[in-house]
Amino acid sequence: MGGSVGTPHRGRPARVVGAALAAGILLSGCSGGEDVPVLTWYINPDDGGQATLAQQCTDEAEGAYEIQTSLLPADAPSQREQLARRLAANDASLDIMSLDPPFIPELAEPGFLAPVPDDVAERTTEDTLEGALAGAMWNEELVAVPFWANTQLLWYRESVTEAAGLNMDEPVTWDQIIEAAMEQDKLLGVQGTRAESMTVWLNALVESQDTSILVDPEARAVDLETNFDTAEGEKAAEIIGTIGTEGLAGPGVASMDENQSMLLFQGDNGSFMVNWPFVWAATKAAVEEGVLEQDLLEDIGWSQYPRVDEDTASAPPLGGINLGVGADSENQDLAFDAIECIVQPENQTEYFITNGNPPSSESAYEDETLEEDYPMADAIREALANAAPRPQTPFYNEISTAIQQEFTPISGVRGDSTPAETDSFILEVLRGERLL
Amino acid sequence: MTTAPETSRRQKRESSGSSQPKGGTKKKSNRAKSEARLGWLIAGPAFFIMLSVTAYPIVQAVYDSLFSFRLTAPDDRSFVFLQNYLTIFSDVEVFWQALGVTLFVTVVTVAVELILGFGLALVMHKALKRIRGALRTAILVPYGIITVVSAFAWYYMFDINSGFVNNWFGWVPGIDSDLDWFANFGTAITIIMASEIWKTTPFIALLLLAGLAQVPDELVEAAKVDGASWRQQMTRVILPNMKAAIMVAVLFRALDAFRIFDNVFIMTNGSANTEVLSLLAYRTSIGRLEIGLGSAVSVILFICVLLICFIAIKFFKVDLASGTDAKGGK
Repeated sequence: MGGSVGTPHRGRPARVVGAALAAGILLSGCSGGEDVPVLTWYINPDDGGQATLAQQCTDEAEGAYEIQTSLLPADAPSQREQLARRLAANDASLDIMSLDPPFIPELAEPGFLAPVPDDVAERTTEDTLEGALAGAMWNEELVAVPFWANTQLLWYRESVTEAAGLNMDEPVTWDQIIEAAMEQDKLLGVQGTRAESMTVWLNALVESQDTSILVDPEARAVDLETNFDTAEGEKAAEIIGTIGTEGLAGPGVASMDENQSMLLFQGDNGSFMVNWPFVWAATKAAVEEGVLEQDLLEDIGWSQYPRVDEDTASAPPLGGINLGVGADSENQDLAFDAIECIVQPENQTEYFITNGNPPSSESAYEDETLEEDYPMADAIREALANAAPRPQTPFYNEISTAIQQEFTPISGVRGDSTPAETDSFILEVLRGERLL
Repeated sequence: MTTAPETSRRQKRESSGSSQPKGGTKKKSNRAKSEARLGWLIAGPAFFIMLSVTAYPIVQAVYDSLFSFRLTAPDDRSFVFLQNYLTIFSDVEVFWQALGVTLFVTVVTVAVELILGFGLALVMHKALKRIRGALRTAILVPYGIITVVSAFAWYYMFDINSGFVNNWFGWVPGIDSDLDWFANFGTAITIIMASEIWKTTPFIALLLLAGLAQVPDELVEAAKVDGASWRQQMTRVILPNMKAAIMVAVLFRALDAFRIFDNVFIMTNGSANTEVLSLLAYRTSIGRLEIGLGSAVSVILFICVLLICFIAIKFFKVDLASGTDAKGGK
């Protein structure tokens, strides 16, 4: 502005050049759009793996389509918020979406997701791990294509288990690890913050007793019933409450998410931790950078998620990402073609190695190079086979938020009252009788 | 631009015109009419835009609040009349609790800011006349910081995992490395209010400084000559003369504080019973996608804000157009 006032004669040519440039940019944009249909892939933040896959599949398509990525917010609930608002507003740009499994039913129920064609469904789920497949279904139909699946392991410090005399080749229970931590005055890495991770933890504790937190996840809001006010719900709350009241997760438990619990586990007081496999890559990287000692890496072991009941196999949490297509997308066929390209088993393996997110396809684990980067790949595959999804219901957000409110701070959780209170809270919210 | 004497002259003319409708009045009235027309031409577009971006959403929210409507269940939308309001008003644990916390934050922050702001204004007005310009700018810095940024700064300062406060102030009784400021209501709300006070005290201070500048020096000098003590000068001369400025400052800050959102959203997201009304409206409309219920919470929030304005203007006789040079908002 100042320049055009002070030098009137130089302002005009500059404007002309600017206009020509703008026109050039516009024209080049148009010519690209006319030739190759552009598919927008809304991705969750990762280490760049999805953008790489987008480029790879664009190249493989040889001009049939071009995939452009668009970044969603960092946490799953915020991703859901944005996608739901866009889908409800009939946004046609939602060609491909990276979806967190628990939120899929809410989007599938009102028909926001384009149906997966039978042939695509068949080809993309040939060897999908059972847990991952369950997370992509709604009303017994495949509504999204499984991409990668995630699960938690029990990570431990060998020095602590040796001192406690625990045989980690055998399944261990929550009671055992609580006792070991208490005896040695160590801390447990759990996620006590008021966030989705709280529901992940509670769901795994209930599912590990062969019970689901909802009686019938597909029921209507007014008919939903929970299994909280049961012996299983009570036991789950007791475990959480004991860790909270005994201070076993340290003083910062109220703000402890997955990352913070990893830092706690890496510290001098670390003993056991339940967490996703990203912790291995992160710890290794920290050792390579010299932030952490090599001894620490050698002291870390892993096994299956702890059991609640000695005789019942644990049901580890299930996470991951499935790919859906927006019902208002103008390029649905191309979008499913692109998805088929993205979820190929070799791409899943590559994504695991580069980004630390485990494949949902069984055959993707057969790659021998995996063993080098992820020596626990077999344990992850086994955990995924036993993993239980969070309830697949259109009201998942309400249920999860209510759980987070009732079960945090974990020092206030009581086995004899919290589950019953959560049960009535959820039912009242779903019936529209009270706020959340 | 119209100067103040011109305006008062014209006001006199117009008032005399309306009370004495004879001789020359018609001509003046025409002029008044054309001035009014010009006024509308100048202010009309802005007025229309303001109306469309404020009144329209408000009306839409009121309309939506009468429905049971969830964004992800568009087919289940149904008219429920005032049911959403009944649900909200019968909810002690969430709504009334949030309203209580909001009022608490409003009263405490405004009171503390008023005292601190008045102190700052006095310092700027009296003691440091030479560097007043630089001082004003310096004092305004916190106010210029985006609330979300200041909320994060305060959060990371006190966070048990990354904060330095527990380390630096470990010698203060009650503070040690195990204190999680955001896990308990008392400590969490204190930090939230402290960050709010830190950020917005400059605003009040500047409004009060403008008020102080309007107190005629002759009055203060006359009081001094009459032997009035500092306290008497303050309570009998200065404060009564800047009442309008104080009331405007209080009203603006109360309205602002009542709508507090960013600090709570960033620091606790409503945990430890720190939920406030704006956050409840956000979580219901945006988080739960319950458009009907969320709109009802927003409408209630709006009515509360109107109520604060009404009380201030009706009972405390706040005159928004005089007594301060901060006309038209902050």
